[in-house]
Amino acid sequence: MIDVARHLRRRERWRLIEFAFWLAIVAVIAAFPARAALINEMLVAGLFALSLDLILGLTGVVSLGHAAFFGLGAYTAAITAAAGWNDPLLGLVAAIVPAALVGLLTAPLLLRGADLTRLMVTMGVALMLGELANKNAWLTGGADGLNFAVAPLFGRFSLGSMGVGPRNAALFSLAVLFVLFAIARRLRNSPFGVSLEGLRENRLRAGALGVDTSRRIVAVYALSAAYAGVAGALSAETTQIVSLDLFDFHRSADVMLMLIIGGAGWLYGGVIGAAMFIGVRDVVSSATPEYWEFWIGLMLVVLVLAGRERLTARFRR
Amino acid sequence: MSAPALEARGLIRRFGGLAATDNVSFSLAAGARQALIGPNGAGKTTLINLLTGVLKPSEGAVLLEGQDITNLSSAARVRRGLARTFQINQLFPDLSPVESLGLAISERLGRGADFWRPAGKPEIVAEIEDLLQRFGLTDVYDQPTRALPYGKQRLLEIALALACRPRVLLLDEPAAGVPEEERHDILAALAQLPADVAILLIEHDMDLVFTFATRLSVLVAGRLLCEGTPEEIANDERVKAVYLGEDAHG
Repeated sequence: MIDVARHLRRRERWRLIEFAFWLAIVAVIAAFPARAALINEMLVAGLFALSLDLILGLTGVVSLGHAAFFGLGAYTAAITAAAGWNDPLLGLVAAIVPAALVGLLTAPLLLRGADLTRLMVTMGVALMLGELANKNAWLTGGADGLNFAVAPLFGRFSLGSMGVGPRNAALFSLAVLFVLFAIARRLRNSPFGVSLEGLRENRLRAGALGVDTSRRIVAVYALSAAYAGVAGALSAETTQIVSLDLFDFHRSADVMLMLIIGGAGWLYGGVIGAAMFIGVRDVVSSATPEYWEFWIGLMLVVLVLAGRERLTARFRR
Repeated sequence: MSAPALEARGLIRRFGGLAATDNVSFSLAAGARQALIGPNGAGKTTLINLLTGVLKPSEGAVLLEGQDITNLSSAARVRRGLARTFQINQLFPDLSPVESLGLAISERLGRGADFWRPAGKPEIVAEIEDLLQRFGLTDVYDQPTRALPYGKQRLLEIALALACRPRVLLLDEPAAGVPEEERHDILAALAQLPADVAILLIEHDMDLVFTFATRLSVLVAGRLLCEGTPEEIANDERVKAVYLGEDAHG
């Protein structure tokens, strides 16, 4: 007997292992308060990688310039905080606006050409934004950086680097990541999400079924940019640092590595890949600080060749 | 007399100096079962691409139920009721037949941009089940499309186009590459297509053409050579010379 409804809904229901995954993160934060800053970095990077998964994994449109939106979000949060609007939640919301807007305006550049064109265009946009931040030092502080302080969350929970600050920060990042993840998960199982997978799988046919593929790509790119902007704002607020290197090329490349390591297209890949990437960097760089990327490289080669697909296939369908 | 379901008026498409489509005019009545035949290189695929909006004509117009659609995109034409299948499978390898059909139906219902509600609404589920049954896809309904036998993929190719509820359907060699013993599945699928849908079949397989179509158009070197009933075409000396003769040699 066929059960179409059940097949369509098979990814909707939250599975036990997913609950376990999120609870495990809470447990890790509670168990290792001294490493809270590191865990926070993983969670922020996880959100950043999730943003890339929306456009790269789900929709199949490559971007090698996602740091543009991360940096934009980080600077928006920092500048609004420096101007006195220093509520952390307000900072996150404020970061969405310019990131989504720049995403919306640059998305049409991705509609033509092949993957290589898109890599160059997205890289170019990140380069331009980085230079704009550098040039407009009156606003961004330029190479000197920016002095700002974020108010305690809900007026009570400090996100600073002292005492329980890092732990609060990690829990805050986890909460934000979880909410945005749940939204992305819901989107993936909606008609919109299926149409994104459709245009990833075969853009010609998706168009021949009446899908306005250009509009879908623009919409999801703007959304992805907004997610990256929030990740950047979260980074600024929980580390209380912004610098021009947020726009750097290696940030865009790293986030793509994280996503590929964890597996693109199933949303959890970015979160897992970010934790692995930063975890390995932390362990290896304390042993051989100069050569830690050797091990990341090795991990990448092994994962791609050994077929990570097989390891995660059970959880993906 | 109402407007034809689909009409081409003086379509010309030049590639450089070559006119791949050379002043083609024809019309497809509502509910027609018409076939377009012609030797390799006659410009059949170019003509399909002009009708569906993949290519823009150098000159001429395409009308769907009397309305000029020459400047509409492919997707917009589909939403107006002009669907097609492809000679080479154009499917979604990682999606199941259910998901693929659901995508087409959601799009037709204008729900394609809905990013919040689940994809499996009851009326969509019922329509998917109906299509799966009509095209004999129930046994593979939840498999990734890439794992389907080729014959089933060909059937899904047609089912997807029908999920758009078209009023005009262009079938581009639906039996291409299907082994002899599975051809009757394709034929059966074609035979039970809704009677009110106008269908233009582009096909090499003469058996299929003569079983299916009540009217044939012959395209040679980008021009319409003649048009008529299967008997008229089969007995036309010019057609024999350029098409059936060649076929017999092949």
